[in-house]
Amino acid sequence: MLLASLLGLSRLQFALTAMFHWLFVPLTIGLGFIIAIMETYYVRTGNEFWKRTTKFWMKIFAINFAIGVATGIILEFQFGTNWSNYSWFVGDIFGAPLAIEGIFAFFLETTFFAIMFFGWNKVSKNVHLLSTWLVAFGTVLSALWILVANAWMQYPVGMEFNPDTARNEMVDFWAVALSPIALNKFIHTVTNCFVVAAVAVTGISSWYLLKKREEEFARKSIRIASVFGLISLIVLIWSGDGSAYHVAKKQPMKLAAMEGLYRSQNGTPIVAFGILNPKKSISRLERDSLGFALQEPYLFNISIPKGLSLLVDRKSNTFVPGIEDIIQGGYTYINDLGEEVVALPVRERMKRGRIAIEALANYHKAKEVGDDHGKELSLIALKENFSHFGYGYIEKQTDIVPNVPLTFYAFRIMVILGGFFILLFSLAIYLERKGIIYKTRWFLVLSIISIPLVYICTQAGWIVAEVGRQPWTIQDLLTTGASLSGVSASSVMTTTIMFFVLFSVLLAAELTILFKVIHKGPAQ
Amino acid sequence: MASANRFYNFISILEQIYSMKEPLVKRIWLFYYDGFRSMTLGKTLWLIIAIKLFIMFFILKLFFFRSELGVYSSQEEKSEHVIKNLINPK
Repeated sequence: MLLASLLGLSRLQFALTAMFHWLFVPLTIGLGFIIAIMETYYVRTGNEFWKRTTKFWMKIFAINFAIGVATGIILEFQFGTNWSNYSWFVGDIFGAPLAIEGIFAFFLETTFFAIMFFGWNKVSKNVHLLSTWLVAFGTVLSALWILVANAWMQYPVGMEFNPDTARNEMVDFWAVALSPIALNKFIHTVTNCFVVAAVAVTGISSWYLLKKREEEFARKSIRIASVFGLISLIVLIWSGDGSAYHVAKKQPMKLAAMEGLYRSQNGTPIVAFGILNPKKSISRLERDSLGFALQEPYLFNISIPKGLSLLVDRKSNTFVPGIEDIIQGGYTYINDLGEEVVALPVRERMKRGRIAIEALANYHKAKEVGDDHGKELSLIALKENFSHFGYGYIEKQTDIVPNVPLTFYAFRIMVILGGFFILLFSLAIYLERKGIIYKTRWFLVLSIISIPLVYICTQAGWIVAEVGRQPWTIQDLLTTGASLSGVSASSVMTTTIMFFVLFSVLLAAELTILFKVIHKGPAQ
Repeated sequence: MASANRFYNFISILEQIYSMKEPLVKRIWLFYYDGFRSMTLGKTLWLIIAIKLFIMFFILKLFFFRSELGVYSSQEEKSEHVIKNLINPK
């Protein structure tokens, strides 16, 4: 069973620690900006109300930051222990962005963090305000470099593989840093963080209104958060559209899984809502191709005609390949150079991947015996087939299909909740302007419920991105199986349990402290 | 004589100004020291951070998260190990 295996346990451990880390990061990033906006009001108006308001949300920020800080380091530990082949193979591609993140962005945050918290009566208002904005930007800069590294996993560019060291070496830093996937992912993820914080502020403020406490504080916090959230959502949707466009070009299997699309047609519809047919399981594809072919992909679906073609290519008649289409190949698409090419069947890519792996092996054998001609021939074969390298580790064609139900439903949860938050913020703005928000009980309760919903939404987004990427750690170049270390499954199980305990304690500590601070309210 | 007196007065004023100004390092130190001392909630948060970092770096990292490639001293040995894994997939 996958979960009991080393691969399954290593993936589970990484997924759980990443998801835990992601409980804290969005609120830190988003709340940093909301606080900066509130403090700007204070500096411009001189109204002590805004200072009090800012200081309260700063406390929430500090708690979240303190509990969340360094939880990401556990992921780096895992690279070295559980994923050593991967961490070596990526070479300095991963190391450079993470190093920049550590040195520059974190330094910026922590330096001005101290002024933000200790400097209220020690520095001028303008210096303090500048520090708050710099902390906010610092958190975003940290996110940028992590996302650049993750984007490279989805679309590896700007590197050359060195067969002597078996490492990818960065040859074009700007290709990595400014890859269209990286830029889009950055905008999408950061605006998502803004939305999480906006929902949290709206929800907590709604609690105060329900309790008939701190009315002015709550209303004005909701006013700022909901406008901030709504603007962020508009950018989020725009960047989400961009994500779909890029995923279609660079990771077509991920898009097919997101849509539960198996067999496509020109003018592909998009599924607005659907329930997958469990009998259409990919494990049946090779075993029972006829039975598989007869099964409908959905038990129920509401589709928009030609919607997917328009989304991914801005043209109504584009052929967007499904899972079976990608496995069998033969359809045409436009490559990075703008040329129309015919997609290779997965079977052919597996063959070329094996040639590439064999070429690497032969290169080293030739190197050992001093056979320069053999080395040269092997190098040519490796370079010709390197773009299919990861396919050499695929045992059967259906192994390249990610978990379709998880990707499909996670995508829908994310989009549906995103739509819900547009409604939430719009209602918040309307009710607050009408001066009736404090007595619209159903809305206040809905706002509070929205807090866990926004966390579900943001986690769902990462599930789409990372589960949809499977089986690749580096798209087309390295599978999760080939990335593993030789640690034992039992040691991974032990550390997973330890994380679970440690992180549960941390989460419980945060929630306890947060609830205490919220219950106490802003200082008088 | 008058100009000399004025010059010496000027120098003594400068001396007074600069003797009042503490060194920058000391002022930064005092800033952090006073800030930490006056923390209330912050002390709890720092305690949590300290415990968390201790567990991560001195327990988890030391005993449970040893790098597989850390047993090799040279880059050549590390690359040989990875190449062997890549060309002989499990």
